[in-house]
Amino acid sequence: MGVEEAQKNPVLRTDELQAYFGPFHAVKGVSVSIFPNQVIAVIGPSGCGKSTFIRCLNRLHEETPGAKVKGQVWLEGKDIYGKGVDPVLIRRRVGMVFQKPNPFPALSIFDNVAIGPKLMGLRRRALLEEKVEQSLKQAALWNEVKDKLNKLGTSLSGGQQQRLCIARALAINPPVILMDEPTSALDPISTARIEELVQELKNRVTVIMVTHNMQQASRISDKTGFFLLGSMIEYGDTVQVFTKPRDSRTEQYITGRFG
Amino acid sequence: MIRHFEIDLQGIKALVLAMGGTVEKALAEVCQALFTRDPHRLAEVHLQEQKVNDLQIQVDNLCVQLIAKQAPVAKDLRLVIAAIKINTDLERMGDQVVNIAHCAADLFLQGQAIKMLPDLLKISERVRSMVRDSLDAFVRRDVSLSQEILKRDDEVDQLKDKIIQEMVSSMRLNTEEIEPSLGMITIARNFERLADHATNIAEEVIFLATGDDVRHAKND
Amino acid sequence: MNFKNWTYLQRRIINWMAKIVLFLFTFLALLPLIMILFYVLRQGGNVLSWSFLTTLPGPTGSTGGMANSIVGSLVMVALASIVGIPLGIVSGVYLSEYGVGKTANILRFSLDLLTCVPSIIVGIFVYGIVVIRYGFSAYAGAFSLALIMLPIVARSSEEIFKLMPGHIREAGLALGLSRWRVILQILLPGCRKAVLTAIMLAVARIFGETAPLLFTALGNQFYARSLSQPTASMSVQIFNWARSGFADLEQQAWAGSFVLVTLILFMNLATRFLGRVRS
Repeated sequence: MGVEEAQKNPVLRTDELQAYFGPFHAVKGVSVSIFPNQVIAVIGPSGCGKSTFIRCLNRLHEETPGAKVKGQVWLEGKDIYGKGVDPVLIRRRVGMVFQKPNPFPALSIFDNVAIGPKLMGLRRRALLEEKVEQSLKQAALWNEVKDKLNKLGTSLSGGQQQRLCIARALAINPPVILMDEPTSALDPISTARIEELVQELKNRVTVIMVTHNMQQASRISDKTGFFLLGSMIEYGDTVQVFTKPRDSRTEQYITGRFG
Repeated sequence: MIRHFEIDLQGIKALVLAMGGTVEKALAEVCQALFTRDPHRLAEVHLQEQKVNDLQIQVDNLCVQLIAKQAPVAKDLRLVIAAIKINTDLERMGDQVVNIAHCAADLFLQGQAIKMLPDLLKISERVRSMVRDSLDAFVRRDVSLSQEILKRDDEVDQLKDKIIQEMVSSMRLNTEEIEPSLGMITIARNFERLADHATNIAEEVIFLATGDDVRHAKND
Repeated sequence: MNFKNWTYLQRRIINWMAKIVLFLFTFLALLPLIMILFYVLRQGGNVLSWSFLTTLPGPTGSTGGMANSIVGSLVMVALASIVGIPLGIVSGVYLSEYGVGKTANILRFSLDLLTCVPSIIVGIFVYGIVVIRYGFSAYAGAFSLALIMLPIVARSSEEIFKLMPGHIREAGLALGLSRWRVILQILLPGCRKAVLTAIMLAVARIFGETAPLLFTALGNQFYARSLSQPTASMSVQIFNWARSGFADLEQQAWAGSFVLVTLILFMNLATRFLGRVRS
């Protein structure tokens, strides 16, 4: 971990983060610092707590009935689990993209992207249009939809819908975007486009991406975190993790010799 | 359950070892030919070298296929990379053995009395043990053995220098000695090269086992 | 291999027979509807005319109509809808979006009970608490209809909202929308068509109710002058004509039935049409 990182402040830092579903201990004390302008891949077997982990980073985990979070998460230096912090406002600082493309039904392409900026108080039509165009361009979707912004978001193809969701998340200018297996429902071509896009995006935001596809993790991420049974077993440079993992469990998992 | 991937990896390993065995055999033949002055054994050396070349192509093909189809990572990736490199080393070693065989044949042909220096016997034995040990280290992923091989390379270098010095002084004394001495120098050089390749293999074994690159850092 | 053997032929014959049987049973299920329409039209068809729809009912021997009861039905259904639909949707949303815990379970159970209560009992209940004090009125009629409508709308909107995948809600929450904004700005527009369908079905259902109206709106030979007066409705008018004992009035009951059935049928068709149109 280079000098470069030492000079920057982490955009996101967790300290002994614990998450529960009722009595089930899903995330067991994860401490990690995430630096700006990087793509972080979170890998691990199903049910290892990796999705729960990223859902703690925008306080979405607590929306699940019975869910509980302990520990601290600092977003740009502020503890998002601090006293009196409104989770709704925190979520406006963190973007999220889900496994299934989920543009809001009955909303047009334009409105899907505009809903976030509107929420943040952007009202003037001209400014909104500018913001929507900018976000769609950043999500590499503008050229495909510029002539049909009033069509339903759900009328697009799966890959386009997912890029629309990325545009929707980008429109609130978040420093961090969380992605929960964003390509697992997409065909290989759409997947490649999203991967390409994610690498473009890191100039602007930090992307934390859960993925089941280890090749995807190795292709596009700068750092990789490996989760197992709720703990982050290993976190390091992706090249290091995929050529000489420090932990034998990581090695077993990424080489497909698990269990 | 044994995965096909695993079977392929074992296949690569087995082929590399077969190649190593063939090189060892060629090396043994050429030493025999050299030290017992038996030119008939040299034909065998060429046969073995041909085998090594065939195996090299096989190993390369397997490695390319495995990378393309399985996208190996971590220790699997290191094994494939190491196999490709060791493969190249072994093929060069085959060439070196053939070079020695050519020199020996020339010397026999010239009917020259070959001066069997004790140092030449020594260097050949050192090199043969290094080759054998490097292959053993590969089989066992033995880091300490590999490190020991790296050290032994220096001794071989010194032996080679010593032989060259001896030959140079003998050439100075007697112009008749020039041709056989040059032949001896070439043979010594080739032995030293063989040791270098064995050292490379040892370095690859360290990379294979630990993921660390120890090349060009010996003097640290 | 021989693919054209006896078993293949057998299988085709059985398959073909099964198809015919299924078709027959489907037809059997449809038969009552066809017969009702046909019978009702045959019995009342010759009194059906434009004036039947635009005049007030008259005594036997005169050519009366059902204009006042069409208006009365429309007014009471509209009133019931104004109360029942919003309340039903709100309860449905509550049950779907916040519906965990005791309160929600009690509400859900009460709505289920309310659905099962026979409509005549609803009528008597409203008679007891409203009519005895304030007299027969369109309000009382509408109230009883609203009570019938409420659980239908509530439970169907609950199911509709539950069909909305959870990750859509999460996408809204993750964007920094509060829960009520997610419901209003995302879920409701998304469910609009399905909710509309549910509403139309509930409206069609209360349109044909007679029993609760007998005890609450009573009926009226004329146009009601205000909402607090006894009000005619189509179903009660048909009921009154049918038991009058005069042949000509009974024929008017058939004609009235035909109008009512046709109205409900069109409402259902409209619902289907609305459900099918997707931008």
